[in-house]
Amino acid sequence: MELSRRDALVALASAGIAVGGIATLSADRDPPAVADDGPDAEAILSTLTTVAGVVYPSAVANVDTFVESYAAERLRRRPAYREGARATVSDLDDYVAVHTDSERYADLDTATAEAILHRLGVDSAAPERAGSISGRVRYYLVNDLLFALYASPTGGELVGIENPQGHPGGRTHSRRPE
Amino acid sequence: MTDRTPSERADACVVGSGPAGALVAHRLASDGYDVVVLEAGPRFSRDSREERMERAVRPVDGDPDVWDVGGERDAYRSTGRRFYPLNAARVKGVGGTTLHWQGMVMRYHEADFERTTPDGATWPIDYADLRPYYAEAEAALGVAGASDNPFAPPREEPYPLPPFEPSYSDSLFAEACERLGVVTHSVPNARNSEGYDGRSACVGYGTCQPVCPSGAKYDASVHVRKAENEGARVVDRAPVQRLETDGDGRVETAVYATPDGAEHRQTARQFVLACGGVETPRLLLLSQSSDHPDGLANSSGAVGRYFMDHCYAGADGRLDEETRQNHVGFITTECHQFYDDPGRATQGTDGSVPRSDADLSPIKLEFLNYAGPSPVEMALSGEEWGDDLRDTLEAAYGDHVGMGGLVGQTPRPENRVTLDTSTTDDHGNPVPDVQWSLDARTRRSIERANEIQTRVLTEMGARAVSTVGPDETGPAYHHMGTTRMGEDPEKSVVDARLRTHDVANLSIASSSVFVTSGALNPTLTIAALALKTADHVRADL
Ligand SMILES: Cc1cc2nc3c(=O)[nH]c(=O)nc-3n(C[C@H](O)[C@H](O)[C@H](O)COP(=O)(O)OP(=O)(O)OC[C@H]3O[C@@H](n4cnc5c(N)ncnc54)[C@H](O)[C@@H]3O)c2cc1C
Ligand code: SF4
Repeated sequence: MELSRRDALVALASAGIAVGGIATLSADRDPPAVADDGPDAEAILSTLTTVAGVVYPSAVANVDTFVESYAAERLRRRPAYREGARATVSDLDDYVAVHTDSERYADLDTATAEAILHRLGVDSAAPERAGSISGRVRYYLVNDLLFALYASPTGGELVGIENPQGHPGGRTHSRRPE
Repeated sequence: MTDRTPSERADACVVGSGPAGALVAHRLASDGYDVVVLEAGPRFSRDSREERMERAVRPVDGDPDVWDVGGERDAYRSTGRRFYPLNAARVKGVGGTTLHWQGMVMRYHEADFERTTPDGATWPIDYADLRPYYAEAEAALGVAGASDNPFAPPREEPYPLPPFEPSYSDSLFAEACERLGVVTHSVPNARNSEGYDGRSACVGYGTCQPVCPSGAKYDASVHVRKAENEGARVVDRAPVQRLETDGDGRVETAVYATPDGAEHRQTARQFVLACGGVETPRLLLLSQSSDHPDGLANSSGAVGRYFMDHCYAGADGRLDEETRQNHVGFITTECHQFYDDPGRATQGTDGSVPRSDADLSPIKLEFLNYAGPSPVEMALSGEEWGDDLRDTLEAAYGDHVGMGGLVGQTPRPENRVTLDTSTTDDHGNPVPDVQWSLDARTRRSIERANEIQTRVLTEMGARAVSTVGPDETGPAYHHMGTTRMGEDPEKSVVDARLRTHDVANLSIASSSVFVTSGALNPTLTIAALALKTADHVRADL
């Protein structure tokens, strides 16, 4: 199932970010600057794309464009989220540098990227805005991506619901199918 | 900067800006009176609603965090036999608890006003007294509904908005109910089925409780805004600490605190308490003085007593077919058949519900549209990802059905709100202690609700039916009874004009005045009583 930029727009709306039209998505513009020290927005986006390769089901295609369109706008519009994600990616990269031959999580192949998440216990960690690295990876990276996917119509469709919670898909969906 | 100093001249000072306070303020301000509303919580920006919705769906915060409930400001104790989760049950801010509420609104039945409590107290008003106010309240809140409920009290005018269509699972329930002789009908909802009063129609975000990002669900910030447009002044983050009386026993001043640490004194000719069912008695108890040693308006000793809530009863199971749950966040079909006569038998085309001869409280039954897991919420709290997660979500979602229900509680003096002097809030005031327990009649009524629910689900062919019964039940967050209404000043706190027996210029607009609980969501009745309060206060001004 192809994830479109329209899905990204809808996911943004679910996260409370109203975007005027698809053409205004920031993928058409420069990614937002983040901070002087630590990873910039580009690095956060590529980390998110790598995480998406692990946590998204294989049935979805076009993940890169979806993640970039969604996350770039979200980083731009939500400074607190951007700051949390930046610090989390920075800590994750430090961990990767110590435990693998790579310097950045974003450069890992999918199998290693998944193994790192397991080693950190991200699968069973409770999401946290501040706190342990596993809790923050769960909140800023894994859950943010899962929220974007499963609150969007395409993600909903994957598991059998056309109008998932958090998505303003109209109330007709609860009626008897035509 | 926001000016939080007192108004120089005020005809009326309203404490609290939930639906009760907002409606009183709007009505009095529309009549040209100078109105000040003092509200303990903040004014939430409308722009924050979607972000709050995301908080509601993502599992970092608990529901109370969505509206910033908790911390020292909201400290409380629960020392009754049952734990009472007070901070899940209220919101402090402009709009009050309706920011979080579900928005189901029905008129109480005629029988509700005719009930007598075990200690012989009765409502001093009846349905006919409230009937015109109910119609006005429905117009104010914008209620979508249909006149298809054969058990509802008489009404002359249609609902302001057309009803929401029954959901797909409602139709599955309706067939089974027909076979059992159980009558189903629509739910009146304070939620726009089409554009109304400048707010948009519902678009199905599905997160109505605890937040509706589109504004289609009514909340009291609507009437706060209207009141301000009519000239009322609303001071947020201004918790009233106590009311002070003059030598003649009239309230002279509401003493309130502001975020800068200052205390201010608002004088007015009339005072209306609208702080909800727990903070209203608390404020009266906090206003104790040498003239009122047991607390203000408490010569009867009834302030804080007879606390009631509605208890939840539920049952759910799974079918061998799709049931389309979690598309919208509200209920479209319910059943009042076991309300006035909870023990009644039914006979349908192909089955029945047997009679019960037990002494029972009223029961309201609901057919849920959000039974079973919500895939997005499950995805965010599971321990899997990738294809495994997708497979789990696909297997878990899609075939659940559920029924909910409310059961009324008997008013008993030992269920009560008192002050706990061992703990203080952020202003050094003793916190409320909620003492709550279930009596045998309420337990029996929950079991009776479970019996009917299980009968319906079994008739549908549901598997793995499980219930939420008397041991697992919890409150529906409808606080009632703590400043009960009555003719006898020795047994009640306010009279039929909602004015306290003891204090001539102090009225109470709240479910705290309910004498009996019924089993219907209370806010339409609160709204109707608030409009009635405003009329009486106006007459006194
Ligand atoms: C989860 C949930 C679902 C609900 N669903 C429904 C439903 O479907 N239908 C229904 O009818 N009802 C429902 N309710 C109940 C409904 O929200 C309340 O009945 C209603 O909001 C009560 O209105 P109120 O104005 O009396 O009090 P509130 O709405 O609680 O407002 C009281 C206000 O007073 C303020 N206040 C308190 N103390 C002070 C003080 N000392 N000084 C200044 N201000 C003060 C508070 O900050 C608050 O803003 C629900 C409640 C909850 C929690
Ligand atoms: S389902 Fe309708 S009322 Fe509920 S949150 Fe969504 S838009 Fe608001």
